[in-house]
Amino acid sequence: MKVSYYPGCTLKTKARNFETSALAVAEKLGIELIELSRWNCCGTVFSLTDDDLIHHVAPIRNLIRVQEMNKNGLVENDHRLVTLCSMCYNTLKRANIRVKEKPDDLKKINDFMYLEEDYKGNVEVIHFLELIKDIGFEKIKENVTNPFKGLKIAPYYGCMLLRPKEVGIDDPEEPVIQEELIFALGAEVIDNPYKKVCCGSYQTIRDKQVVSNLAYDILTHAQNAGAEAISLSCPLCAFNLDSRQKEIKEKHSDFTRIPVFYFTQLMAIGFGLNEDYYGFDLNYVNPEPLLKEKNLIGRNNAK
Amino acid sequence: MPNKEETSSDKKLDSKEIMDRIAEASRQVVSGVEDEEVENWVTIYIMGRAYEVPADLTILTAMEYAGYKFVRGVGCRQGFCGACSTVYRKKGEYKLQTGMACQTRVEDEMYLVQIPFVPAEKPSYDLTEHEYDVNVLFEYYPELARCVSCNTCTKACPQDLEVMDYVQAAIKGDFKGLAEESFDCIQCGLCAIRCPSEIVQYNIAQLGRRLYGRYDSPEPEHLKKRLEEIEEGKFDKEMKEITKLSREELERMYAERKREED
Amino acid sequence: MIKKLKLSDKNVDFLKKIEELSGEVITRCDQCGICSASCPMVSEMDITPSQLMRMVQLGESEVMESKAMWLCASCFTCTVRCPRGLDLSKVAEALRQVELRQAIDHIDVKKLSKDEMKRLPQIALISGMRKFTG
Repeated sequence: MKVSYYPGCTLKTKARNFETSALAVAEKLGIELIELSRWNCCGTVFSLTDDDLIHHVAPIRNLIRVQEMNKNGLVENDHRLVTLCSMCYNTLKRANIRVKEKPDDLKKINDFMYLEEDYKGNVEVIHFLELIKDIGFEKIKENVTNPFKGLKIAPYYGCMLLRPKEVGIDDPEEPVIQEELIFALGAEVIDNPYKKVCCGSYQTIRDKQVVSNLAYDILTHAQNAGAEAISLSCPLCAFNLDSRQKEIKEKHSDFTRIPVFYFTQLMAIGFGLNEDYYGFDLNYVNPEPLLKEKNLIGRNNAK
Repeated sequence: MPNKEETSSDKKLDSKEIMDRIAEASRQVVSGVEDEEVENWVTIYIMGRAYEVPADLTILTAMEYAGYKFVRGVGCRQGFCGACSTVYRKKGEYKLQTGMACQTRVEDEMYLVQIPFVPAEKPSYDLTEHEYDVNVLFEYYPELARCVSCNTCTKACPQDLEVMDYVQAAIKGDFKGLAEESFDCIQCGLCAIRCPSEIVQYNIAQLGRRLYGRYDSPEPEHLKKRLEEIEEGKFDKEMKEITKLSREELERMYAERKREED
Repeated sequence: MIKKLKLSDKNVDFLKKIEELSGEVITRCDQCGICSASCPMVSEMDITPSQLMRMVQLGESEVMESKAMWLCASCFTCTVRCPRGLDLSKVAEALRQVELRQAIDHIDVKKLSKDEMKRLPQIALISGMRKFTG
């Protein structure tokens, strides 16, 4: 199955491990993620003021590219656009909803982008987790050759996968999609109410202390519930929960660092894929000691 | 205090008269023909003022014909240097157009003005102190993060570059894409003056090309070979001879040089 | 007895402006406080989200001096929980935009340390500059 795929800027740099693991995992599942040609930055946040259209131009331009992918035969009559980054997912999906609900807005945006073909409103923005759910967690289970026996993982959703309701990939208060995935990988799911509490998002450039306070709460709640690792799907959450552990440790010397994974990294490990796809060099907290302790890496099991 | 106007000349000149005099003096020089021989005339508006000019002139020569004298804001006159940026609107069109004054022909009822310089910070940096990383671009030009993908830069580019695409390549940390797509940039500044996000595209591209050149682009074998030849003294004799030549001999030699066909 | 509040023209103008920018009918808020109870940033704020809503309802432009709207992370927790169906994140954005649209930036990224500039992923810079610069 070939489907258009939107990486987003950070997946090409600081979150490259998210992309490399995802592409490898997708291939294993028989999905060919075809990178959208000439994609541009989505803007990362959906513009919330009612009169502002210019900030919807970027996401809509990307949706036009999906039409082009179909026209050029890069994908076959498939108007889905798969995203990995939660923020890209949210921004693209909300912009899509807005222009579908407000045809006048769509006309204005199309007129403004007169050098592009018109966006016809027929693209469906989905998150990779939704694609996995469609394939079925049974299929995930079948592909697991390196089960996470005994590893306790806390899923973290943050905001952009769940809220607002109309774009959420799951119930905004009781999401289970990551739980199902983690369970299918053979790990123990650690539930805790902080899985949907905001990490502080873009406040990280305004006040890193505020963000590391939030991150501290989120991580220690997961740890107190027994978690040994965190699973997530957003490079900004990853930065705030992983890289900001530096600031947390400076403030709370008794804090124990906890590895933070992109869910696709966990899948790549569970599927026993080549360790080159894991990309742990980009994780701030090195997960290798934990994985070695659990006998999940370094067993020459890679295929 | 003496009145300047009274002391500088006995007769009071108004600015229009001065402009007309300058225009008169430069006409034949600029157009190369006498006004009587010009068949087609157009009216253009330079900063709002109407001028009758021969229809076959470029904006640059038309402005000189009208009496403007360029001390700055003009360079090679061949469309390479990027000094004579101009913006104009054609009759009956709402679109604001951009181009190089030396490459754009005047049209009847054209409104125009020169934008010879765009204020832009140009920080100095030491390439050897930086990693080959996208964050270097954001460190010097954080406004890069404000791109809204409106494509206005691309529309403004007189070189027909896909400016938005190279800005997007910069955001993605795609140095190769940034370097290759921006290669023909002449730094005229028209993208920057039109950018709603206040990005100075060409400075970012230049930093990107420098980083790409230093860390990533393949070393050109021919250049390496030539540098070795120079160091070995292969051209020393020839250089010595050339430096002894007179201006006339040099000019003749240049005119008669072997060159590749265009 | 029903007590009627009479707002001054100036206050009505401010309320209308925020309602227009946000697209939300702010007068619908009945001050239940769920937003404040849900807000992950509330402990850092000088006024709570529900107090912010009340001030806007009353057209009090002094709300602009509060730092609450700048601490909003657009996490939409209040949005999904508001029993009146209001989107407070849109109200906060409207308030931010009132200032940003006058070309007053709320942050200066040039002041971030070199170490921060090296560490920050693009996603942080882009989202932050979207929210805090005009």
